[in-house]
Amino acid sequence: MRRFRAPMLLVAAAAALLPACSAGSPSALHPQGPAAQRIDGLWWFMFWIALGVFAVVIGMLLFGLFRRRKGGESVARGGGEKAVVLLGIVAPAIILTTLFIVSMRDLNAISAPAKSNALTLNVIGHDWWWEVRYPQQHVVTANEIHIPTGKPVLLHLSTADVIHSFWVPQLSEKTDMIPGKTNRMLIQADHPGIYRGQCAEFCGLEHARMSFLVIAESPSQFQSWVTTQSQPPAPPAGSAAQGRRVFLHSTCVSCHAIQGTKASATDGPDLTHFGSRRTIAANTLPNTPGNLSAWIEDPQGIKPGALMPPAVVEPRQLQALVTYLEGLK
Amino acid sequence: MSSSFAATASTAPDARTRESGWWGMLLFIATEATIFGILFATYFYLRFRNAPVWPPDGIKQPTLGLPLLMSAFLLTSSIPMHIAELGVKRGKQTWLKAGLAVSFLLGVGFLIVMLGFEYPEKLKEFTAQTDVYGSLFFLITALHGSHVFVGLVMNAWTQVKASRGRFDERHHLTVLNVAAYWHFVDVIWVFVFLTLYFSPRF
Amino acid sequence: MAAIAERLTSIWEETPGLASWLTTVDHKRIGKRYIATAFTFFVLAGLEAMAMRIQLARPDQAFVTPNAFNQLFTMHGITMIFMFATPILSGFGNYFVPLMIGARDMAFPRLNAFGYWVFFFAGLFMSFSLLIGKAPTDGWFNYVPFALTHYSPGMNIDFYGLGIIFIGISSTTGAINFIVTIFKMRAPGMSINRMPLFVWAVLTTAFAIVFALPSLTVANVLLELQRLAGFHFYDVARGGDPILWQHLFWIFGHPDVYIIVLPALGIVSTILPVFSRRPIIAYPYVALSVVAIGIVGFGVWVHHMFATGLPQLSMSFFSAASMMVVIPSGIQMFAWVITIIKGRPVFTVPFLFVIGFIVTFLIGGLTGPMFAAVPFDQQITDSYFVVAHFHYVLFGGAVFPIFAALYYWLPKMTGRLLNERLGKLSFWLIFIGFQVTFFPMHIMGLLGMPRRIYTYQSGLGWDVWNMLSSIGSFILAAGILAFIVDYFLSLRRGLPAGDDPWAADTLEWAISSPPPAYNFESIPHVASREPLWDQPELPQQIRRGTAGPVLDEGHATVATSVLDADSEDVLQMPGESPWPLATALGMLIIFSALLVSNLGLAAAGLVVMSFGIAGWLWDTGDVTSG
Ligand code: HEA
Ligand code: HEA
Ligand code: HEC
Ligand code: CUA
Ligand SMILES: [Cu+2]
Repeated sequence: MRRFRAPMLLVAAAAALLPACSAGSPSALHPQGPAAQRIDGLWWFMFWIALGVFAVVIGMLLFGLFRRRKGGESVARGGGEKAVVLLGIVAPAIILTTLFIVSMRDLNAISAPAKSNALTLNVIGHDWWWEVRYPQQHVVTANEIHIPTGKPVLLHLSTADVIHSFWVPQLSEKTDMIPGKTNRMLIQADHPGIYRGQCAEFCGLEHARMSFLVIAESPSQFQSWVTTQSQPPAPPAGSAAQGRRVFLHSTCVSCHAIQGTKASATDGPDLTHFGSRRTIAANTLPNTPGNLSAWIEDPQGIKPGALMPPAVVEPRQLQALVTYLEGLK
Repeated sequence: MSSSFAATASTAPDARTRESGWWGMLLFIATEATIFGILFATYFYLRFRNAPVWPPDGIKQPTLGLPLLMSAFLLTSSIPMHIAELGVKRGKQTWLKAGLAVSFLLGVGFLIVMLGFEYPEKLKEFTAQTDVYGSLFFLITALHGSHVFVGLVMNAWTQVKASRGRFDERHHLTVLNVAAYWHFVDVIWVFVFLTLYFSPRF
Repeated sequence: MAAIAERLTSIWEETPGLASWLTTVDHKRIGKRYIATAFTFFVLAGLEAMAMRIQLARPDQAFVTPNAFNQLFTMHGITMIFMFATPILSGFGNYFVPLMIGARDMAFPRLNAFGYWVFFFAGLFMSFSLLIGKAPTDGWFNYVPFALTHYSPGMNIDFYGLGIIFIGISSTTGAINFIVTIFKMRAPGMSINRMPLFVWAVLTTAFAIVFALPSLTVANVLLELQRLAGFHFYDVARGGDPILWQHLFWIFGHPDVYIIVLPALGIVSTILPVFSRRPIIAYPYVALSVVAIGIVGFGVWVHHMFATGLPQLSMSFFSAASMMVVIPSGIQMFAWVITIIKGRPVFTVPFLFVIGFIVTFLIGGLTGPMFAAVPFDQQITDSYFVVAHFHYVLFGGAVFPIFAALYYWLPKMTGRLLNERLGKLSFWLIFIGFQVTFFPMHIMGLLGMPRRIYTYQSGLGWDVWNMLSSIGSFILAAGILAFIVDYFLSLRRGLPAGDDPWAADTLEWAISSPPPAYNFESIPHVASREPLWDQPELPQQIRRGTAGPVLDEGHATVATSVLDADSEDVLQMPGESPWPLATALGMLIIFSALLVSNLGLAAAGLVVMSFGIAGWLWDTGDVTSG
């Protein structure tokens, strides 16, 4: 018996632990949206089937290994065909047909309708960050996707360079972002909350640090967020104004855009409302002044390979720059 | 190429049976055919990705004149090859030598037209680096052309051996395999022609 | 009888010394080489894996740089798939297929030697990249556009593209050799329905290689033409398409996983009945399942692309096909289990590994159809759940049988038994270590951990499981180390194995251990599926030269008809030859030259290769040979 405890225990452990251990984890088994919900249901359906099949086969195996044999029991030649056909063909055929039907039903349920008047936004994968555009609302941001709760949101997924894959396990399935085509996918969050997403297709050096947040808010909160984001930020004053000068006179402008200034490059994330964002560099660091100046001084130290060079500004300017950027609410 | 000679690594055939060397060549041809099949599939896949304009980038429809001439050379070359095959089986050394020689010349003719006229023609218009169409065109034709070349080398090789009287009614696996390979190269040409020269018209 | 042995020895024994080491065409020596070389690659790739496990043991570690990590998982995958799993199994095929079918060598002995050298050189070629820190970094399926020059400058990816084309030549020649050997060289009377199931598996695998590999070759030829010569196939700007690569790769890639597992299943169907002390149940069903898997396996490749946004219709087709392949696997699974039930199991080390295989492969198999369910796959693809699945099927489905085969067949190859107690220790460490390493990966995947990440943040619920997995990998490594130790000890202290230590049923056990150069004193006439069980006197007859033809003039063996194995002909086999090595060497030069885009060198290589081929062909296939 000992021989089989390991896997048995582990299977049991899985069943027990999956829900338990996933506090604060982007767990596909803590679904927060309809698509993820369905897939979660499909998973448990398949899990119990699999466990059943496992039990049958292992049960037979154990019986075969340890059953008492009668002394003179002769070993017949053929035999057993019927059992093989029954267990190996008939039963699986039934199970699999059921599984196929169920999964196709779910596929129809989750896949995006040909047309839809849902809120539509474009998410564009970059090495190694996410550009987020709300065409109708004229909002551009990065690494942070705000959506209203309870409504399906249609994503147009594309890429600026290599293949990336958009994945928020708690909300819905994942979809690749492939050069030369735009994929469509629905996400929806039932409850307000912050849901972690991460790039799921290997895309190079910092594939590991290409993460983002989906922030689901009540429709009214979402509206007010849209209103602020669609306006240029308040003009800076004091050291912030100096920081702005630094920004506009250093290399930053060759890659970044800030509405209402001459900075309009798109190689890097749009910084118009950077101050209102929760994280730096695709959810690599929390957005604090300390982290920001660290990032600006030495991006490579924090995210080796990130496509941003270290800044050449002396401390006082850096201070001002940080004040300015953090002020961009 | 790597295993065309696999084919010849065994001997002493027997009237009643296909010897292993023949099976070897058959399987080698099967892999080669699969390679071409996948290339044709790739061609159509990319064509329909680029639909409706094909050829793209203002490249003209391929003209059929020269390719038809090439077809004439290559397809007829299978007949003397077959004669050579019958010849050696019946111990007629002259059939063998003559068949191989004529087939060889026709194959050379094919390559001359291809490299001397067809390619320069096309290169005036586009190259393999122009776009996906150019890449496909030159890759597939060049790959087939190189097969013709290999076929010719095998043919020449066999002629040398034949001239030294290395073949008789029972020992001639080399001839059978070279012939099989050559017929295969001809058949592939038909598909190359239909795919690259004919299909764009539809 | 001794007289016969001496005569045959004088004919078949290869002259000792380095020369013959380089020119040998003996399928046994070549088979051993395949196994030894491939196992070395296994240790190498395993150590790469250990480095990854150390890096991932805890969040935000810097044991290796991101770039190094990407090289590690890429080389780990490539090495395990192309340089370990596939070749070691064709190594067993090389050594044992001729013995099991009662032949004196493979159909094309020199092609066989050539195949080994190509594998060896191609393996060195690709592994060299890691040595100089320029290993490919795009994973074993090497998706474009990341693999294109713009995103991957430098020769890293070229090591992959060229290396894969190179090693493919070896697999292809090997496959052709197996097919012809199995079709034409079976001992008289071994009709197709009496073939050992391992031989069925090797045959099916060989056909799968013949038709699947070209797709990979084409994919990489297009890739290298684009990288090295500026062609356009995969870049959107000039009308290319990155999805084309995915199709071409997976049209090969999925059949490939069955190419790896089928011979392993064949090993199980060979060993399991021996230690259940009865013939396998439902032999015809098992044989047909093997073939069915080989065929259906060609119709499922898109299940690796469910997240790329393909039309629903095509997804549902490939989903259904993927579920269909389950059935032939199920047939075999139940045939094995019922064979045990109806038999009288003896718990030897090989049998333990077979049981470990059943448990592990079952779990891995069961997660397969889960992916076939499209919505679940779209959720879980490219997560660690996939990593878990394929280690359960690759390690469980192939590596456990490989260890079973090592413990089962090494005594035949070395003449010495391995140590039971060390063997049991090794098994338990490997079995437990494996489950602890890979089971948690299912959970990590469900908790949203993507694969191919060099590090992760803490607080996502992944930490515990990664630590557990890393610990497990050390237990696993210890188990493998135990085997390595056991092996070397057995060479010095192992008890003599005798001809047939396991009381087995197939022909390789009818002859001495290690087998003589000529394999069989006389080619037996086979009258049943389990010759040694049904004709106990066979070994004696073979020795005495009364089992069938002795053929003591030249390198001769019997050729038989494809289906019924009626003897047809006496084949003269070629002997030692330097040409295969020369030809392979020429190819190595060519591929190295392409790597550094040095056409002069490439031309030189072409010359060497042509010389090799010319020398090879000069005296074959006509009057003077034999
Ligand atoms: C030895 C190799 C091997 C084997 C045997 C299998 C077996 C199977 N695999 Fe797996 N697979 C891989 C190697 C293998 N796979 C690899 C390497 C990858 C990842 C590649 C990469 O991305 O790097 C992969 C990925 C992979 C995917 C893509 C996942 C993704 O990336 O999104 C899918 C999807 O359908 C899949 C399906 C299957 C199925 C249906 C089987 C079936 O053949 C399994 C059948 C067996 C059983 C089911 C168990 C025995 C059966 C019974 C006891 C009968 C009763 C059972 C039921 C009724 C369910 N595999
Ligand atoms: C047959 C195939 C095979 C095998 C056997 C293994 C075996 C192992 N694999 Fe791997 N694996 C793959 C095929 C395989 N793998 C593939 C195809 C991928 C995908 C790559 C990609 O994404 O492109 C992969 C990916 C992969 C990953 C995911 C990487 C990532 O996505 O970031 C990981 C992570 O833990 C991993 C771990 C391991 C471990 C710990 C083992 C262990 O089982 C290793 C055990 C072996 C050893 C530990 C060596 C033993 C020897 C010793 C230590 C003895 C002492 C040394 C001497 C005497 C010299 N493998
Ligand atoms: C060569 C292009 C380039 C230059 C020059 C550049 N950046 Fe960046 N920047 C990037 C890229 C690319 C990223 C995204 C990095 C990542 O997340 O991988 C980025 C990210 C950032 C971020 C984090 C944005 C977010 O939401 O995560 C800030 C803030 C930033 N840059 C500020 C600056 C400042 C200030 C300067 C000038 C001193 C500057 N950048 C110069 C390309 C550039
Ligand atoms: Cu973007 Cu991985
Ligand atoms: Cu697959």
